[in-house]
Amino acid sequence: MTATAERPTPTAPRPKATVRLGDRVFSLATVLSGSLILLVLVLVALFLIVQSIPALFAKPGEIPNQATNFWTYVGPLVFGTVWAAILALIIATPLSLGIALFISHYAPRRIAAVLGYIIDLLAAVPSVVFGLWGVLVLAPFIQPFYNTLVDHVGWIPLFAGPVSGTGKTILTAAIVLAVMCLPIMTAVMREIFLQAPVLHEEAALALGATRWEMIRMAVLPFARSGIVSAVMLGLGRALGETLAIAIVLSPATVVNVFLLTSQNPNTIAANIALQFNEAQGVGLNTLIASGLILFVITLLVNMAARFVVNRRKAFSGAN
Amino acid sequence: MSVAVRSSRATTSNTLTAGKLPKGAPWGLLIVSWAIFVGIFLLLKASGTTADFNIVGALFFGTILFDVLIVVISMVVEGGRKAKDRLVTSLVTTAFIVTLLPLVSLIYTVISRGVARFDANYFSESMRNVIGAGGGALHAIVGTLEITAFAALISIPIGLLTSIYLVEYGRGRLARAITFFVDVMTGIPSIVAGLFAFALFSLFLGPAFRAGVVGSIALSVLMIPVVVRSSEEILKIVPNELREASFALGVPKWLTILKIVLPTSIAGLTTGVMLAISRVIGETAPLLLTTGFTTSMNYDLFNDRMMTLPVFVYTQYANQGPDATPFVERAWTGALVLILIVMALNLLARLIGKIFSPKLSRR
Amino acid sequence: MSKRIEVKDLNVYYSKFRAVEDVTITIEPRTVTAFIGPSGCGKSTFLRTLNRMHEVIPGAYVEGEVLIDGNDLYAQGVDPVLVRRQVGMVFQRPNPFPTMSIRENVLAGVKLNNRRITKSDADDLVEKSLLGANLWNEVKDRLDKPGSGLSGGQQQRLCIARAVAVSPDVILMDEPCSALDPISTLAIEDLIEELKQEYTIVIVTHNMQQASRVSDKTAFFNIAGTGKPGKLIEYDNTATMFSNPSVQATEDYVSGRFG
Repeated sequence: MTATAERPTPTAPRPKATVRLGDRVFSLATVLSGSLILLVLVLVALFLIVQSIPALFAKPGEIPNQATNFWTYVGPLVFGTVWAAILALIIATPLSLGIALFISHYAPRRIAAVLGYIIDLLAAVPSVVFGLWGVLVLAPFIQPFYNTLVDHVGWIPLFAGPVSGTGKTILTAAIVLAVMCLPIMTAVMREIFLQAPVLHEEAALALGATRWEMIRMAVLPFARSGIVSAVMLGLGRALGETLAIAIVLSPATVVNVFLLTSQNPNTIAANIALQFNEAQGVGLNTLIASGLILFVITLLVNMAARFVVNRRKAFSGAN
Repeated sequence: MSVAVRSSRATTSNTLTAGKLPKGAPWGLLIVSWAIFVGIFLLLKASGTTADFNIVGALFFGTILFDVLIVVISMVVEGGRKAKDRLVTSLVTTAFIVTLLPLVSLIYTVISRGVARFDANYFSESMRNVIGAGGGALHAIVGTLEITAFAALISIPIGLLTSIYLVEYGRGRLARAITFFVDVMTGIPSIVAGLFAFALFSLFLGPAFRAGVVGSIALSVLMIPVVVRSSEEILKIVPNELREASFALGVPKWLTILKIVLPTSIAGLTTGVMLAISRVIGETAPLLLTTGFTTSMNYDLFNDRMMTLPVFVYTQYANQGPDATPFVERAWTGALVLILIVMALNLLARLIGKIFSPKLSRR
Repeated sequence: MSKRIEVKDLNVYYSKFRAVEDVTITIEPRTVTAFIGPSGCGKSTFLRTLNRMHEVIPGAYVEGEVLIDGNDLYAQGVDPVLVRRQVGMVFQRPNPFPTMSIRENVLAGVKLNNRRITKSDADDLVEKSLLGANLWNEVKDRLDKPGSGLSGGQQQRLCIARAVAVSPDVILMDEPCSALDPISTLAIEDLIEELKQEYTIVIVTHNMQQASRVSDKTAFFNIAGTGKPGKLIEYDNTATMFSNPSVQATEDYVSGRFG
């Protein structure tokens, strides 16, 4: 008496076979296209690996930048990628937390919708425009502040000189990155904050809590995993951003943590964009291999983000 | 004795308002702080320390001053708990203002510098044989439209069918795997998508092959997951009751999906697709790698290099001639056109979603 | 048109959980049969097995036989789609298709199955179905307006017209009035009385007055406790069930002592 024994198996095709055919064709089409997505992801990994192999086993001298092997070539780039992304997140996380809270719990309801829309518009601005703005507006605007910083607190390693005369430093790039990551992070956090149980909030307020105390008691504990995943998503964005960095940063093959000099570590993505059209032979393979490294890093970050959220079973109308 | 004094004070003023800042105080304080820094920056300009008046800096530092002031004052007047609340409120508001500054600056710059070349030539000429001033971005606009359209042609059916699978058929391991990897795919860096498309084609056609279609493939890798996610959300909203009503009329499942579920959600689906298009139409990095760049018109997706608007903006900035002005001007105008296209798509998408979605009878 | 339903030893499962146990019941043609019982007793689940709508829920399956005029719904090779064309259903909440006009809603069952129909035939069918649902006079001037613009009670009658238009033999109604006000409820009840002339009607209701008003026969379902399967406790003429039931639980339930 199992389930399979009871379910009629469609063995005997009768006149209604046409009906079943439509169903079968249609569901097959949907399954195929769903599987195609998995296939594409596998292909992305596969092609990148195939094209990377020459670089991974290259002899000294074949890799650009006088690197002895691929890993010494990609090492500084990985550092630069992670460093820029972390700087961007240090700026963007408190800001996006603030904006999300502002929209969900501080702004009047009618204004909140408009504000949310404005933040979404930020997400729609193409990255090349951010790059243009960063290098032609932000960099010259912010350079005098860098002078002041280096003059007065230059003894802190982070702010060590010599100061960049153009403002095209890693800090400027990180600020641009931060602005670009803000919308996605804000959107995720805002959703989570809005889902915080209203009953808990009211209970806190009824106990005489101030608004901040209410948020600390009822909203933040509820939203912790959401905040973490928003930060991880932002991190994924920042790691993969290409053009804004390529335009804003004046790069060098270095590993350092000086924020304000003209000798800045480059990122993987920006390096690919800058070198790709001139690259040939193993140089090209090297760039693709560095792209593979970037792919793996962002994949890990994104998967971690998804696991953290531990997505609660979404409400579905179709079950 | 002291009791008597207190009770007599209570009769003259409401005890509930005691120790509280008046209602308009924070706003007044914000304006005063701004004014102070506007004054300081004006003084700096007058004394010749800075070249010109810096309104953004004034607002920024004014807001910071306000944060400090409001907390100190609140601490004195209202006590610690309330001061903490004020601190957070002002920080949250500051975060918002600080974020608005770059946005406003960006929009302002793009518009003010973009209008210089926002003329008829820009939309009717290519860059063929143009060395200094003049020229236009017609070849780039055409390229962008063609490549994005082809990417949409690939992505929409696949994305839509996949979301139908996930909502209507998907159970078990395959559905969970697809959901998970679609989420992961949304995080693929755009340049990696470009590398993938490049690697795919160079395997068969050699590493020098550049064509619009390669760019379309790269864009669709980025677009498919966005389409799937948004369509999935929309299809889930379609009430189950409608599906059941259709089944109860003896309508097979595929016809129910085609004729009930999809028509009911068509507005939302369109919105999602257009938002997805607006997401990829501004992508630069993958196109830089896959379609190359050119100064001439090219209508053929499958042959030869093709210019696109984002790449045009980038190359105009990156490869400036001896006289940089016309190049930078063209770049800004390109940025303006790009933003206009993206905004138009966004607005249109939201309008469609609002106007054409059927009113589901909900109480 | 109208057909007899015979159910023999029917069990309904949700995956491993047995929701309904050993139901055997015979429903005569041209009668109204009411299913009553407390929430969660399996009456709606059982109703859905009469046109295989339970299969929409993942993991649900049945054991046993449901015969409509001697044909087993659960025999090998039976297409649930064809079953549902013979056994129509009306749901708890009115659910007209929001993208369709009133006219299209009535024709939905015909059109959606890609059946060709001439315009005059369609007009006749729309009028006949809406007349049958006591809705014609209220909507005949606005057949091209969306169905969602009607009141709740009108929407429900539109859904009945939609079910009638595919000319089924049996109409199942799952608490059709629970989302409606008393006036609309009355209209539906009058309609059920008329539909009985042509169709076999099975109705699930929480409202015992309604059961006693509209039905010829009443079946009482009950559960022993949460997690236990629902069972058919008693099935008899409605008058008997409400005046002189043979089982104590039925009497307790119909007299309002629990449930």
